[in-house]
Amino acid sequence: MNEEIKAIWRSFYDWVVGNGPRPENEVIPDEPPPDLPFTRKPKDKFSRFHEATLKERYNQWMEIHGLHMFSALYSGISVLTCIVIVSLLLATVAELPPFGDERNPANNEVIRRYVERGGKETGAQNIVAGLILDYRAFDTFGESAVLFTAAVSVLMLLGASRRNNADDEQAMKGNDSGKNFMQRGPPSVRLHTFRRDDAILRGVASLSMPVIMMMGCVVVINGHLSPGGGFSGGAILSTALILCANAYGFERVHSFFNERTFITTSSTALMIYALSKGYSFFTGANDIHSVIPKGTIGNILSGGLILPLNICVGLIVAGTLYGFYALFSEGEI
Amino acid sequence: MLEKLILNHYEAAAVILSGIGLTNLLLQRNLIKKIIGLNIMDTAVYLFLAAKGYVAGRAAPILIEGEKAGEWITNSAVYANPVPAGLVLTGIVVSVSVTAFALALTLKLYESYGTLNIDEALMKMTLQQEELEAKIEAQEEELIS
Repeated sequence: MNEEIKAIWRSFYDWVVGNGPRPENEVIPDEPPPDLPFTRKPKDKFSRFHEATLKERYNQWMEIHGLHMFSALYSGISVLTCIVIVSLLLATVAELPPFGDERNPANNEVIRRYVERGGKETGAQNIVAGLILDYRAFDTFGESAVLFTAAVSVLMLLGASRRNNADDEQAMKGNDSGKNFMQRGPPSVRLHTFRRDDAILRGVASLSMPVIMMMGCVVVINGHLSPGGGFSGGAILSTALILCANAYGFERVHSFFNERTFITTSSTALMIYALSKGYSFFTGANDIHSVIPKGTIGNILSGGLILPLNICVGLIVAGTLYGFYALFSEGEI
Repeated sequence: MLEKLILNHYEAAAVILSGIGLTNLLLQRNLIKKIIGLNIMDTAVYLFLAAKGYVAGRAAPILIEGEKAGEWITNSAVYANPVPAGLVLTGIVVSVSVTAFALALTLKLYESYGTLNIDEALMKMTLQQEELEAKIEAQEEELIS
């Protein structure tokens, strides 16, 4: 054993220093070095995951690091903290003005201003849509950017292992003699696998998917006239995509929606949002005449920029929510 | 105090929900359950904001057409508070993003250590480090001797 370790160390040392040929007494061990205890395979397929050893080691580790006392102390302190925080907050809630009273300080002149002049100034029938996509449009832009950033970071975290494996498989097919194949890490964890040939699911999906798609489009396009808007409509659209992926397989969705489409549509939508709203804020702040018509309240083509902005947000949300589902279940969009 | 709490029962429920979420966040050792606790806290915030936006007897903040076509009722005594709706929207979006990112990190941790319990993962990390250090030390001693 010592000899083997010595040989490995020597070859490693040579490899690091770059000292030409390996020493002659180099011995390459047949077996890989012993794994750490928690990665040891179970002795037979009926034994559960070496639970006893792991438990023993866990307890030993807790003893060595004095963690039993720490965890008891920690739970005691955290329960106390929670009780104190909840009772303080409850005492505060008891002092709040009564629920639903119109004389509450929350219903102040800001709200009056929004309600009385919002319709005229934004051209939207839905005051909330006018609020979030006109008065506070940069807030909503930040939200869309946060969602897009989250999708990209999840793509970075979960898509990378998958891509590496695909690269290795391509290298295997080429003239490389399995060198990369040996070096690649463990395959990525698959959470579940569905059967994708369910006749009932397919029948239901083919009936309900167009209706869901239409409902999502209606909610997005009528965002300035009725409750809804880009976020809720986008969520409905993404459920249609997820249903399609579950009924017909991810390949079917890939034919019209893949990673490239997702990145392109999302960044284009964000760009359109930023540019158009930047123009509108610039003209508004400098008292320049804006070319964007307000339209008459209650028409589909009204509300100035609210309709295109709702469509942009809807595209981003639909892509992102479907992307989350696809990444978590398949490892790629 | 109890009377006032019953009067403000939505806010009180929100506070208790957020307490449940915080306890979950602090006491659970399983990362998925921690994330669920975070989501419960988010929901408590939405409930609180929605309760603050409600005004008894008023309509939702969508303009209602008056008696004549093309005329809209803009009296602020008719509509409820529109601002909390926008705030809840922001909260939902941020919560979805944070949850997705946290779940992705948890998945990577599970891939590396085969467990969701943070104590166990920490133990494995420490043991791995210790064994690696011991091995390197032994090898260096061998090389020197």
